Amino acid sequence: MPELKCKDPVAVNLWYAIAPLEDVKDARVQRSVLLEQPIAYTRNDAGDVVVWAYEGRPGDAPGDRALPVKERFGYFWTTLGMPERDIFPIPEYEEEDRRNIHAASFGVNASAPRLVENFLDMGHFPFVHTDILGAEPHTEVKEYFVEVSEERDEILASNCKFWQPMAAASSSGGADVDYIYRVPHPFCSVLYKSSPLDDGRNDVIAIFIQPFNQEQVRVHMLLSLLDDNSDDTQIRLFQQTIFGQDKPILENQYPKRLPLDPRAETPIRADKSAIAYRRWLSGKGVAYGVIPPSA
Amino acid sequence: MSDLHRKWYPIASSSDLPKRHVYQAQLLGREFAVWRADDGYVNVWENRCLHRGVRLSIGINNGSDLKCQYHGWRYANRTAGCTYIPAHPADAPARTICNNTYPAQEAHGLVWAGEQASGDLPPLDGFEAATVLRPVPVLAPMEMVVEALLAYGWDDSCSGRANADGSVTVTAADGAEVRLFVQPMDSNRSAIRGVSNQPVKGADRIRLLKRHSWLMQELRSQIEACASSQEAPPPYQPVIARVSEDLVDIPAIGTEMRKAELRVQVAGKEMTAEGIVSLRLEPVKGSLPTFQPGAHIDVHLPNGLVRQYSITNGPGETDHYRIGVKREPNSKGGSAAIHDAVKAGDVLAISAPRNNFPLRRNAEHTIFVAGGIGVTPLISMARALNAQGLSFEFHYFVQSDDHVAFKPQIGEYEQALILHKALTPEATGARLTEILAEPGFARHVYICGPGPMLEAARAIAAEQGWSDETVHFEYFANTAEVDDSTAFEVDLARSAMTLKVPAGKTILEVLRENGIDMPSSCEQGACGTCRCGVIEGAVKHQDVYLSDAEKAEGKSIMTCVSRAVSDRLILDI
Repeated sequence: MPELKCKDPVAVNLWYAIAPLEDVKDARVQRSVLLEQPIAYTRNDAGDVVVWAYEGRPGDAPGDRALPVKERFGYFWTTLGMPERDIFPIPEYEEEDRRNIHAASFGVNASAPRLVENFLDMGHFPFVHTDILGAEPHTEVKEYFVEVSEERDEILASNCKFWQPMAAASSSGGADVDYIYRVPHPFCSVLYKSSPLDDGRNDVIAIFIQPFNQEQVRVHMLLSLLDDNSDDTQIRLFQQTIFGQDKPILENQYPKRLPLDPRAETPIRADKSAIAYRRWLSGKGVAYGVIPPSA
Repeated sequence: MSDLHRKWYPIASSSDLPKRHVYQAQLLGREFAVWRADDGYVNVWENRCLHRGVRLSIGINNGSDLKCQYHGWRYANRTAGCTYIPAHPADAPARTICNNTYPAQEAHGLVWAGEQASGDLPPLDGFEAATVLRPVPVLAPMEMVVEALLAYGWDDSCSGRANADGSVTVTAADGAEVRLFVQPMDSNRSAIRGVSNQPVKGADRIRLLKRHSWLMQELRSQIEACASSQEAPPPYQPVIARVSEDLVDIPAIGTEMRKAELRVQVAGKEMTAEGIVSLRLEPVKGSLPTFQPGAHIDVHLPNGLVRQYSITNGPGETDHYRIGVKREPNSKGGSAAIHDAVKAGDVLAISAPRNNFPLRRNAEHTIFVAGGIGVTPLISMARALNAQGLSFEFHYFVQSDDHVAFKPQIGEYEQALILHKALTPEATGARLTEILAEPGFARHVYICGPGPMLEAARAIAAEQGWSDETVHFEYFANTAEVDDSTAFEVDLARSAMTLKVPAGKTILEVLRENGIDMPSSCEQGACGTCRCGVIEGAVKHQDVYLSDAEKAEGKSIMTCVSRAVSDRLILDI
């Protein structure tokens, strides 16, 4: 078996979402890249998704380089290593009255951790998602809580509130919207946002990042909503608009890899979750897509 | 740093910097954001926001500051100091948040820079009325391009020679001359920036530019063919400077005492209103630190007194500070010294600006209430909001027209200016009641003026339902009698020390005697500089800086005047 280009054992031994199941319909062989390793996938005669690594030409079947496959949250996941842990749970996904939608997969010329930080960040709403998720002069990021759960090995940011101009289609004006963020995987994040339609329950938006290499990724976005009114196209267009606003910012961050040295950039109180994320990555020894702190 | 980093290179044409544009340049592998402020100053900064590394070349040039696209952080013209962080509108950003700037000059239609450039630009005699040629990028190392340029020419009479500064001069028999500089963008990427000594205009200029572009493109193809046959040198790895250590943990703890670290020259002194003199202070050398709206400086007077004055500057006015000083009839010698003794040309010692009266810019509407000389910090605030197009009204209480100070500055926002002249205290109260009639969501009030007026305004605001967090004020002075007759102990939690504060001494004095570095400014409980956290113990507040809610909360103390009610205080130092 040829050696992997990715030398980071933490990154190798993780599960990654590669494509939505709805895009793997037939026996056509499709190609992708994970951690610089070319991979191919298809649906076999038995109707199961199969994935394999290859060099040169993909061929039409796994041969001796088949990779593990799991189906979860409407995507198939694979790994180049041997993960000790299962894919993290999103219990809401199973609730019967939810609509689970694959919103889109976006290619971004940025590192995976820069994307996760952007996903956790509220301060940019008025400037990047102007008049949708935020509007000047309402720019304040209020105090929120961040904890790292030892037991679940994930970061939780709660009690996050941000003033949004049109929290819901039915709103007559701006209001504070509540958010909860989870980072259960170095390159995945899940957010819970108070549902405009169902008091006390949350809409769920998750991103699963597939690193092509250290500075180029594809991000798969899952929605699990309590919305019965909008059609899938409207919902997808909304998320694509939002992501289209983030993309040019992400591609203009320098350095592209996330610096873990606390003195590389200037954090403020609003960045508590990002500070916790950087420490968590350092603690895990993640070396892929980051600039490790100098000794 | 190699010699390469000490040289000047052209990195842009002057025409690359039209009004309110940000140009992206590169030198020795490092990217620059290059922008011209409305006052003409050319800024050459590292092309990344200190917060999250986003390129500032995609930011917004407001004419007076550069705003990052990602989180709206604002960096001031000239100093590159951060003046506002929208995520925390109530905080003044630490003075040390300052982007990396590089030496820059503009000459001969080109913008010159260098990471550590010093000394003079290459002399360009005979190019006083020059024509700047179009730059030509070349995928080749600088040395190879310089070598090839020696053979450049537009007719048979042309001959090239290398100059000591690294440039090439090509001269024709008829006296036409072109000077060619090579900008090393990276180890294998260069730009040829040329200047012709022919002062041509209109169609002739276009013809000249086209001719050179055409010839340069031919040369470029030859050089790139040659370069591609060789192994490319590895790209430069510009070092990203680390941010200062005190920015890592938030909030930053001020460590300066009452210092007079700056020397300024009185560049102008004029009466701006009856009894009010305006001073323009310029740096004796170098540049002045970044100020934020609401900030003040300590002025150390020749007679030994130290006084605080607010900066009235608008955003981007970073080459001087302008302050206003009222002659106080009961002056102990501070205002009288400035009015009578200080003259244009004098050098004064001042502190760096400190901001204990920060301006929120997340209000839907802001009401300013100024009384007399209290107008000064509010002028700077209103100018900042005005430049951003945010909604505000500016009430200025004065005795008469002759007492209206800083007319050109307040004239900038004439549409929001409301003068209230010659009102009795009762009439002032009635007017304040009207002005402060409507508290509401995201509405804020800023008040500065004489003590009685300030007290009245705060009381009226509270009565009409303005919450404490929406009413911001600054006293000039603490006129209350300070009681220093008690004795007590202070425990310093972080320094693990216990100190006795005897009657007749302030906590601040005792801290300093014991080597604790504590910043201060007015030392009478008005400015807020010596604020310190209280972990345990009841405080006898004697300042006029903290709001009533903050006093009741008991989590902070002004160490210059306030004391313990109990026998002991535990302070967060």
